[in-house]
Amino acid sequence: MADATVNAVTTQAKRARPAPRSRLRKFFERKSTIAFFMALPLILLIFTLVIYPAFYAIYLTTLNKRMTATAWMKNCTYLPDWICTYIPFGNLQFLLTRETFWMVFWQSCLFAISAVIFKALIGFVVSHFVHNVPSKGQRKWRGMLLVPWVIPAAMSTLAWQWLFDPSYSAFNWILAQFDIERVSWTGVAHWARFSVILVNVWIGAPFFMIMYLAALKSVPDQLYEAAEIDGANWWQRIWYVTLPMMRNIIAITALFSTIVTFANFDIVRILTAGGPLDRTHLFATWSFRLGIEGGDIPLGATVSLFMVPILAVAAAFILRDVTRRGNEA
Amino acid sequence: MAKKRITRRQFVAGTMASTAVIGMPYVSSAQSAGKLAVGLWDHWVPGANDASKKVIDAWAAKNKVEVTVDYIPSQGNKNLLTIAAEAQAKAGHDIIAMPTWWPHAQSDLVEPMNDIMGELIKKLGNVNGTSEYLGKLGDKWLAVPATIGSQLKGPCSRIDLMKQHAGIDIQALYPAGGPPKADSWNFDTFLKAAEACHKGGKAFGIGLGETSDSVDTAGAFMQSFGAALVDAKGNITVKSDAVRQWLEYSVKLAKFFPADAPAWDDASNNKWLVAGNGALIMNPPSAWAVAKRDAPQIAEQCWTHGFPQGAKGRFAPFLPYFWAVWGFSKNKSAAKQLLVAMSEPDAIASFVAASGGYDIPNFDKMTTLPTWANEGPPKGTLYHYPNPHNHQTLSITAAPAPPKIAQQIYVQATPTKMITRHLQGESMEKTLAWAESEVEGFLR
Repeated sequence: MADATVNAVTTQAKRARPAPRSRLRKFFERKSTIAFFMALPLILLIFTLVIYPAFYAIYLTTLNKRMTATAWMKNCTYLPDWICTYIPFGNLQFLLTRETFWMVFWQSCLFAISAVIFKALIGFVVSHFVHNVPSKGQRKWRGMLLVPWVIPAAMSTLAWQWLFDPSYSAFNWILAQFDIERVSWTGVAHWARFSVILVNVWIGAPFFMIMYLAALKSVPDQLYEAAEIDGANWWQRIWYVTLPMMRNIIAITALFSTIVTFANFDIVRILTAGGPLDRTHLFATWSFRLGIEGGDIPLGATVSLFMVPILAVAAAFILRDVTRRGNEA
Repeated sequence: MAKKRITRRQFVAGTMASTAVIGMPYVSSAQSAGKLAVGLWDHWVPGANDASKKVIDAWAAKNKVEVTVDYIPSQGNKNLLTIAAEAQAKAGHDIIAMPTWWPHAQSDLVEPMNDIMGELIKKLGNVNGTSEYLGKLGDKWLAVPATIGSQLKGPCSRIDLMKQHAGIDIQALYPAGGPPKADSWNFDTFLKAAEACHKGGKAFGIGLGETSDSVDTAGAFMQSFGAALVDAKGNITVKSDAVRQWLEYSVKLAKFFPADAPAWDDASNNKWLVAGNGALIMNPPSAWAVAKRDAPQIAEQCWTHGFPQGAKGRFAPFLPYFWAVWGFSKNKSAAKQLLVAMSEPDAIASFVAASGGYDIPNFDKMTTLPTWANEGPPKGTLYHYPNPHNHQTLSITAAPAPPKIAQQIYVQATPTKMITRHLQGESMEKTLAWAESEVEGFLR
């Protein structure tokens, strides 16, 4: 009888204890698993539209012009033949010998660096103006100043094309009213370069402005008050308070903008198509010219990927610096 | 379970039957069916696509084939992107319209057309030299020369301004309905006329940009001097006397072009004519058609005619379109049958009429259709557009270089860049050295 009672108690105890959960169920209940599955559609999208095309582009760079065999390197100066002839970057080796390639490289650097500097300067100045506008009217100014950035770049570049038109330029019409000689905006190399940089600055400056404005708003007023009590003038307040507080935003904005500006396509394509005499080609437009219009897809892919390692290294340094400063804070 | 063994006879019979089915030519019958996807060039002339749709629909209904047609625009090079994408994916349309260089660029992937080209040549006459150069690789026809989109970029002159400034009666040189009487229309006359019109404030609207119109004109002049940057065998011939003579002449001529000519694109010359700014442009009749709509008083004074005569002949730029069948198409025989239907004389005439005379058939017997004689105002303005009297040699820039090299010279606009460099003060030897280095890169 006692045995029977003990058995009954044990059975009841077993029933009362919750059943052990399976490992699979545990796995699915983990927060990280749920997060992964929720992000999965985006991961698949990025894989399909970014990662796969990127690796495919790398594969294309290793092919010969007819895309029937690998483009091995040959006659390397710095490597023995038994290594050189097994490196599949024959297209890159060929590009490095071309005068036009180095011109495009130089132009891309000029375009990206000068455009980013001007965008940053204009964004910085305008963000201070907007920051000082009374909060009642500030919204309207913010909205209006964002217009160039919000309009699709291709559309606004078409409007600029009309302003710079070789024969019917609206700017030239204005110059003519003051008896100033007409300017061949897109017909002479230096003016054409100026024109494409100007349009890029016009489109991109509002992005800097809005980022800097957000950074300015997060600077505590107490810091300025303390600086003022210490007798700091306008310039010292900017140099010792504003700039250090905005450093991270300035670095990240400049980095992203540099990457996007290096990869710019639409402005040059619409405004000058790379001319005159290839003097406004950037990597993207020259890649399109070689790969799609010229039918040499491997060479076009090589041009388009040339900047990836350089930009990746620059990005790594800047982001490392930003993280380090974040940790210090 | 006993396995059924196939006898040798059954195997042979089965193999023969399946081979016959696979290799069987397309036979149109009430039972014939299947699907075809066709990618045609999206014509800029309103209503021109309807003509091709009508021909295709009639053929599809007769042959019980389900045909879908996509009209692919060339704006933004959408057609080139489609060709490149389909070539990579090995999937897409069965028939695709390819401009100028693309049959050669995709020569490994297109279906040979020899079987239907023989039939078409017999019926429609020989194919012009440029279409053969661009559409044939050795003995293999890579694609069928298409009427839709094929164009000639000859001079379109203002009758009044040429008389007023250059003293040239262009209608007398190229009378409507008759053969040209244009022996005096040579490079010297052209240069003098360009100078006179420039002085009169009505400069010739010829560009020196990197787009097709500018490159085509520069190339035609080059060929009229017997010059080529690369010969038919693939040898570089940049530093030849003929190239020097061409460059010297071109720079003399370019001094009378608009000052911003190096920045011109394919729309600039049209605007130049329609705005009444110049006495001559090099273009198909699209500029005249726009003038007819927007500036009728200017259209009434336009006359399309032939190129001037150079030392080695009279060359005019011709840009053909082709209809190619992809090698991966699953319905090649039906695709070829459709292309034959689209190349019937009636179909060709309907395409030409629908395009207002813009489209030019590539076959000899089809260049005297009534559309060109009747279009106006002024009546007969397009009579000489399709080269009805074979007065000039139809050509394309960079020919006779092997097409894959020529494509690079054309796309990179090497001839117009040479003119611009020399025009802007670079010495001839330096320009030639630069061009030679560029062309060396194209030979890789």
